Amino acid sequence: MSSLLSASRGLRTGEAALRRPRRSEMWARAAHLGLRAAARGRRGFTSKADPQGSGRVTGELIQHLERLSLVDFGSQEAVARLEKAIAFADRLRAVNTDGVEPMESVLEDRCLYLRSDNVVEGSCAEELLQNSHRVVEEYFVAPPGNISWSKLDEKQPFSHR
Amino acid sequence: MAAPMLRWCCPGRRFAFAWVGCGSCHRRGPPTGSTSNGKRGQSSVAQQPHFTAQKPREGEHEWAAVVGLEIHAQIASNSKLFSGSQVHFAAPPNSLVSFFDASLPGTLPVLNRRCVEAAVMTGLALDCHINRKSLFDRKHYFYADLPAGYQITQQRLPIAVNGSLAYSVCVGRKPSRMVTRTVRVKQIQLEQDSGKSLHDDLRSQTLIDLNRAGIGLLELVLEPDMSCGEEAATAVRELQLILQALGTSQANMAEGQLRVDANISVHRPGEPLGVRTEVKNLNSARFLAKAIDYEIQRQINELENGGEILNETRSFDNRLGFMPEPNLPPLLLYDSGSLPSGADPQQVINVDQLRERLPELPRVTRERLVRQYGMLPEHSCALLNEVGLLEFFQNVIKETRAEPKKVTSWVLNTFLGFLKQRNLAVSESPVTPSALAELLDLLDRKAISSSAAKQVFEELWRNDGKTPAQIVAEKKLELLQDPEALEQLCRSTLEAHPHVVMDLKRGNARAINKLIGLVRKATLGRADPTAIKEVLERQLSS
Repeated sequence: MSSLLSASRGLRTGEAALRRPRRSEMWARAAHLGLRAAARGRRGFTSKADPQGSGRVTGELIQHLERLSLVDFGSQEAVARLEKAIAFADRLRAVNTDGVEPMESVLEDRCLYLRSDNVVEGSCAEELLQNSHRVVEEYFVAPPGNISWSKLDEKQPFSHR
Repeated sequence: MAAPMLRWCCPGRRFAFAWVGCGSCHRRGPPTGSTSNGKRGQSSVAQQPHFTAQKPREGEHEWAAVVGLEIHAQIASNSKLFSGSQVHFAAPPNSLVSFFDASLPGTLPVLNRRCVEAAVMTGLALDCHINRKSLFDRKHYFYADLPAGYQITQQRLPIAVNGSLAYSVCVGRKPSRMVTRTVRVKQIQLEQDSGKSLHDDLRSQTLIDLNRAGIGLLELVLEPDMSCGEEAATAVRELQLILQALGTSQANMAEGQLRVDANISVHRPGEPLGVRTEVKNLNSARFLAKAIDYEIQRQINELENGGEILNETRSFDNRLGFMPEPNLPPLLLYDSGSLPSGADPQQVINVDQLRERLPELPRVTRERLVRQYGMLPEHSCALLNEVGLLEFFQNVIKETRAEPKKVTSWVLNTFLGFLKQRNLAVSESPVTPSALAELLDLLDRKAISSSAAKQVFEELWRNDGKTPAQIVAEKKLELLQDPEALEQLCRSTLEAHPHVVMDLKRGNARAINKLIGLVRKATLGRADPTAIKEVLERQLSS
């Protein structure tokens, strides 16, 4: 599981090296986007979170984020950190962007390169499987559903083959 | 052939042409025969419930169901949407996976031109507006078969929008008429497929194969313009035929190349729409109709018993988790008027050029067959419904002098019947179009009777390498050509069976059949029953 998480927020070459964001900060950004959406009138978190930006986050929102992100906001400390992160991101609102189209990609003036439909890669199963923590024959092994390895290892399965 | 042609449009096969017989098939909008409040009026729709378990309830005819579909079609291409690894159905696990597909850091998506063309062609075939500029997004969610943690898709600004899909349903019985229904296509977008998970519950683990991860998909969103399982299944079937005709997808549901999710709700006519539930991952056309109708019935029962419908899929607006794909600039498409001069043709896509290259669509083919050969619409439907059958039919037509109606009847009844009985595809048929053409010529020349022709056909199926003419000669199946001989045989039969003649003269009309049978035996089956009857009747009346 941890390998999947790091893949999703992995650093790519070409990006300035940032410190690895804390998990709660990563989802603060997402929650902030949700608040902005609400401000634009779409159905969202207006009723769920304080629209004035005092950063108070409801229990319902926490549950939802936990389910989506698999991050355990177990402690009050984690929730407090999340609220601080939202407040930090909120400072973006200080900039007046009326009438300005959001930039979606720094590549917006570039041409999208079209590749010909030829097979040029693949056939490297062995190499790829070496990256995996666990492997069965030629399959990657992941825990069932969305439970992290650490939680699973705690429970001892009662039968082993 | 006395047997009705319609037999081959039976349930069990989904045609882009269906009998609408579902009990819950109520239409919103102008009545096309469906009714409410039990007033049947001049309704020509025979409402027969799909579910035998339900006895008619008081309020049942007052419900209207609404069905929308999300369809994912795997694009038929050599390589994947954003990488150069191969697209193939069966291969050793993780052997068709590139570094990008495995989401290793440092890899970037590179768009496959063929997938874009496939999307544009499909959009054009469905009368969509093609967006000259479309964008790619990331949709984030965690699942083990999605190594990147997000799927690249086109939620915000897809490649094609606002089209329509037309399909035919047959309403009423005796007389039945064909009605064209349309369902609006909300949008078509390009997106990545995910890998495959195999769940091993015994060891509490999931095995992941990424061969499928990254294959290009067309997601087609159909608006909730359908009102029952049958309509939805028919629409899907027509879409399958279109995709196959275009070559953009093989759309084989059994192989997972076409996956359908249905959104279903019920409401009382005149009132706002009810809560939607989703039925996901329907993998066969037959199951699709049943599952949708089952869900409609379940919702009706729930609401009639005072319950409410719960939408379990999402409790929040699911826009959380979308962001623009920063590694891909906007996708720009051109037409002949806007093509940048001096551009590398490999790097630009011309929508007008693709429009010109569109092949004939199934709807047009069916209309052409009806016009050209005078066949019934359900026949043209049946011809298109079986892979290779249309080509077979056209090859027979080319080589035979027999009437198209005869050819149609033989191909759809006899030939297709033999195939189905032995569970064979057209490509596996031991009878070639030329052989059938020759047989039909013999029949047309009245060299053999139709029952003899059936015998010859059976022989041909055994594939001993003999031509129809050879088989006819060997088995002495030629029709009696000498009229005198026939007259003789008839006369002698009449003389030999006076009691049957008496019976006939006393008024038992069916006695003639016995006489015909006797003459046929005497001719060793080489006389046409109609000819025999004619001679006998003439002789009897003189």
